[in-house]
Amino acid sequence: MAINWFKYSAPSTFYGLAGRLVPWFAVPAAVLFVIGLYIGFFVAPKDAVQGEAYRIIFIHVPASILSMFLYLVMAGYAALGLIFNTRLSSMMATALAPTGALFAFISLWTGALWGKPMWGAWWVWDARLTSELILLFLYFGFIALHASIDDPRRADRAAALLAIVGSVNVPIIYFSVKWWNTLHQGSTIKFSGTSMHVAMQQSMFTLLLACWLYAVAVTLVRVRSIILERERNTLWVSELKEVGL
Amino acid sequence: MKIRQKRLMFIVAGVLGVGVAAWLVLNALKKNVSLYFTPTQVMNKEAPQGRSFRIGGLVEAGSLQREKDGLSVKFIITDTVKSMPVIYKGILPDLFKEGKGVVAQGKMEADGVMHADEVLAKHDENYMPPEAKDALQRAQVAMSGVAAASAITVVK
Repeated sequence: MAINWFKYSAPSTFYGLAGRLVPWFAVPAAVLFVIGLYIGFFVAPKDAVQGEAYRIIFIHVPASILSMFLYLVMAGYAALGLIFNTRLSSMMATALAPTGALFAFISLWTGALWGKPMWGAWWVWDARLTSELILLFLYFGFIALHASIDDPRRADRAAALLAIVGSVNVPIIYFSVKWWNTLHQGSTIKFSGTSMHVAMQQSMFTLLLACWLYAVAVTLVRVRSIILERERNTLWVSELKEVGL
Repeated sequence: MKIRQKRLMFIVAGVLGVGVAAWLVLNALKKNVSLYFTPTQVMNKEAPQGRSFRIGGLVEAGSLQREKDGLSVKFIITDTVKSMPVIYKGILPDLFKEGKGVVAQGKMEADGVMHADEVLAKHDENYMPPEAKDALQRAQVAMSGVAAASAITVVK
């Protein structure tokens, strides 16, 4: 069955679809969060070098991966909005930004909490940490730029350019531990395999999936309110049950 | 060419341009982006002279000496090619161990010793339970035993 993608690129049809999709992402996210945290705290063994403190990795790594991944998705939607001039793509980019910023913040925050007991410092200006901080500022910049322009279509275009230019930072974050001497260790998850005990992997990947499902769910909820806000003067919005006059 | 294809080309070209620019900038700043110098780089005089910098490597096995005041330590940082002595007064991080990664910040004095005012531990990206680590070490010892045995037979 071929899906008519163009049908769902109209905010009026996507609004309903997004509403129906939310529980399909939110409920599995909640279940997987519980399972992942349970494995992380009770099943996964302690680490030979770092003892119990390493367990923060189960939050730190999924948050870091998603902060980078969501940025690329956001920049992708922003580019689609520019190229095809579709309103919904730009709304999706706007809806993704706060969640991406949240994950970037969690990544930096848990990293500091982990760095103090293990490395001996909350923060060092190494390439990995600094480029992740720049990612957080790019999210802030995107949100602030979008909010500072009154006309939403102009705001979409200006913020889209920022998002696209900033996407250059994502590979820099990823490869920073390879290209330069850093205090941050290298990647545990590599294309050639993962240098981690199996139960630890299960917890980390379960929580990664949970975080992704959570990100999709909250983005869909947020894009619904953005659609309502921007289309508030249209007939279809005024005919919605939940709007009511 | 349709307008949307033009916009796509514009975006692709823009991202490529910014990417190349970022690559050039980072390449030019390569030395400054790296957090620390290796002992080899310091010996080659690539590290800044007369001011503070960071040096990174492994704590040489058997090199850690504690002074009588209980707070000062002396150890040697090595990259397995060159090594450098470090003096530090303060509390060491828990993961600081001989044979493990370390980053020390301080000034190189005329005596060729780094007087560090900050010592950070660097750990690797491998996570495993203690039992797995023991098994791995035993296997390594066994392997080196095998290697030594085969070396002996070759000599014979």
